[in-house]
Amino acid sequence: MIDAPIAPEAFSGKDLSCHRGGRMVFAGLNFEVAPGAALVLRGANGSGKTTLMRLMAGLARPAAGALYWGGTAIDDPEAHATHLRFIGHLDAIKPAQTVAENLAFWRALWSKSASGAAIVTAMEALGIAHLADFPARHLSAGQRHRLALARVIAAPAPLWLLDEPGNALDETSLNALSKMIAAHRAEGGMVVVASHGAAFVENAQTLDLGEFSAAHIAHWSDEL
Amino acid sequence: MSAFLTLTGRDLRLALRQSGDSMIVLAFFAMATILFPFGVGPEAAVLARIAGGVVWVTALLAALLSLDRVFALDFEDGTLDQLVLSGQPLPLIVLSKVSAHWLTTGVPLILLSPILAVTMQLPAAGYGTLVLALALGTPTVSLIGAVGAALVLGTRRGGVLLSLLVLPLYIPVLIFGTGAVEAAIIGRPTGPMLMVLAGLAIFALTLSPWAAGAALRQAVE
Repeated sequence: MIDAPIAPEAFSGKDLSCHRGGRMVFAGLNFEVAPGAALVLRGANGSGKTTLMRLMAGLARPAAGALYWGGTAIDDPEAHATHLRFIGHLDAIKPAQTVAENLAFWRALWSKSASGAAIVTAMEALGIAHLADFPARHLSAGQRHRLALARVIAAPAPLWLLDEPGNALDETSLNALSKMIAAHRAEGGMVVVASHGAAFVENAQTLDLGEFSAAHIAHWSDEL
Repeated sequence: MSAFLTLTGRDLRLALRQSGDSMIVLAFFAMATILFPFGVGPEAAVLARIAGGVVWVTALLAALLSLDRVFALDFEDGTLDQLVLSGQPLPLIVLSKVSAHWLTTGVPLILLSPILAVTMQLPAAGYGTLVLALALGTPTVSLIGAVGAALVLGTRRGGVLLSLLVLPLYIPVLIFGTGAVEAAIIGRPTGPMLMVLAGLAIFALTLSPWAAGAALRQAVE
């Protein structure tokens, strides 16, 4: 892509556990994503996919365990944040601004340079280039979601954390998403996707959060 | 620095496009002040006696009206998550949001205050000091308010809770702000009062971005 080449290191987590509202969500969870690899998080509703995503992004802290970037433990969430792009359930779009303005803001904030070309490339990749001067308030749910996804291309970072990226997307957009994930991995980027059906990620490892859930562990310790 | 300008610039542009929000604050300021001549009677001497205090109190309440929106909108639409993940220090993010808030509500309040002071029969000697005192005091109002606004994120009835949290903290600003206007009217030196106001602003500037930043990190967790 246009910006500095990505030189990623493996991203991993060891022995992670997380509590939410006094309830244990998961415990003893390990994962590793190598450069160029993809990880798909699976699990029933409430199994902690979003919680783990936010943990990986550094928005939340694990109750136990640690995250590692390369070989070193991540202790500064601000420094970790520069390695990643996180697209969650909330799309962070300002309805009063146009599609291009929304993208340009995040590009300027994240990459510290306003590059018109990078924004156009991102909009073309997601098929929203024709909406550039369209106020974001009039976008459909799918178009909003594509605008949110365009941010990860507008300002590149080695690690993509995508929470349910396939939601509200039509066939064409799913193909575009699949293509941009493949291109990112070909450059050595890493992708973590939380999704029920993730046909748009090829050759991905799968992590089933059900295996680390509180209920499962209780059942397992009963058997011992 | 460029991140500061990017963030402040966006907030200013958004505020211009949705200028209704700022207008509501100004309209509240005007309405609340104009109620006083009706409430206490049109007698010039009585109004002149309370003019400085009334303009200050209504300005504080008007600023409070807009404070809960400083972070709440960004919190609700996910922008706050992305700002926290921007790799920029949180105090810098807070400072740019506060600057935008002051420029879109504090400055208009300052500009409107002399006109409202006329309806309150403020003696001529007080106008310059009123504007100067508000110019020194309103940044403190925005800075302290930002801490409160960050703390109440995600709570129900956050606006009410916010007033209970920050209004007591505005008392020093109010005392020295009205004190300066009183001093000007009776012809005594206003310098000491204004210097205390400036000191309060510097105090708030050094503490509140960090406090609000810590509260924001709690809010996204």
